[in-house]
Amino acid sequence: MLELNFVTVAFFVFSLITLGGGWGVVTNKNLFRGTIWLMVSLFGVAGLFLTLSAPFLAAVQILVYIGAIAILFTFAVMLTRSLTNLRERYYRTWVNVLGAGALFLLLVLGVIAPVWIANPDRALPVSDQVVRTVDFGVALASGEGFVLPFEVASLLLTAAMIGAIVIARDADEA
Amino acid sequence: MTLQEFAPIGVMIIIATVLSFIILFISRIFGPFRPSFRKNAPYESGMKPIGPGTRRVPVKFYLVAVLFIIFDIEVIFFMPWAVVMRDLGLYGLLAMGFFTLILVVGFVYEWKKGALEWD
Repeated sequence: MLELNFVTVAFFVFSLITLGGGWGVVTNKNLFRGTIWLMVSLFGVAGLFLTLSAPFLAAVQILVYIGAIAILFTFAVMLTRSLTNLRERYYRTWVNVLGAGALFLLLVLGVIAPVWIANPDRALPVSDQVVRTVDFGVALASGEGFVLPFEVASLLLTAAMIGAIVIARDADEA
Repeated sequence: MTLQEFAPIGVMIIIATVLSFIILFISRIFGPFRPSFRKNAPYESGMKPIGPGTRRVPVKFYLVAVLFIIFDIEVIFFMPWAVVMRDLGLYGLLAMGFFTLILVVGFVYEWKKGALEWD
């Protein structure tokens, strides 16, 4: 049964932050404030990663999602000014409710239900290959690790950089 | 346990949050707070404001944001390598050197195309 220790309390606090942030995103009619609430929600997810003993993923969550993706969202809201005030767009209530309910059902069936009905005897053990950030670094850049995908990721990043410049550049300054 | 190691950061976040609320609360109590329509209106050199206060934002912001995301993801790749840099020795250094070399090609392109300049 549920025992009340430090990790459980932290899980509830971070879940509350995540869900509260999500609630703020979907109920706020000002999209800019919605992105700020999204940062709150993502921060809660980073905390959930910490409770799962995944500090590297938590750092990624803070650095990339809150630091970069949320900034991109903010800029996207700024660039599309007409979307900052969504007053007249809340009219298809039943379609929205049905869509959200179907999505929730899918989540329950696909993600949450297997946790409850699964046979514990057939569960795979937690991987002991990659436990800490140090193991991840060894897996990424050592001789026995995944050096080629690591270098290909660099190529991918370069391609993304060039693509961003090509897209955002004016047509006349070729 | 990992979570306990992060308790100091948690304490710092809580203190920072509480402190900022306290500061806002105190200035609200001790400062005069009498908003009116004229005070809340945007300052427009004494003229009556026309149209929305926000201007159209240049698309350059988009470029800056995307380039920043790419920088950020590079940092993500550097981080796990940096914690084992000394153990990996020359091989790790070469792997990261090649990784950086490919990225420098992108940076040179970025610089030459003037994507880092605003105008």
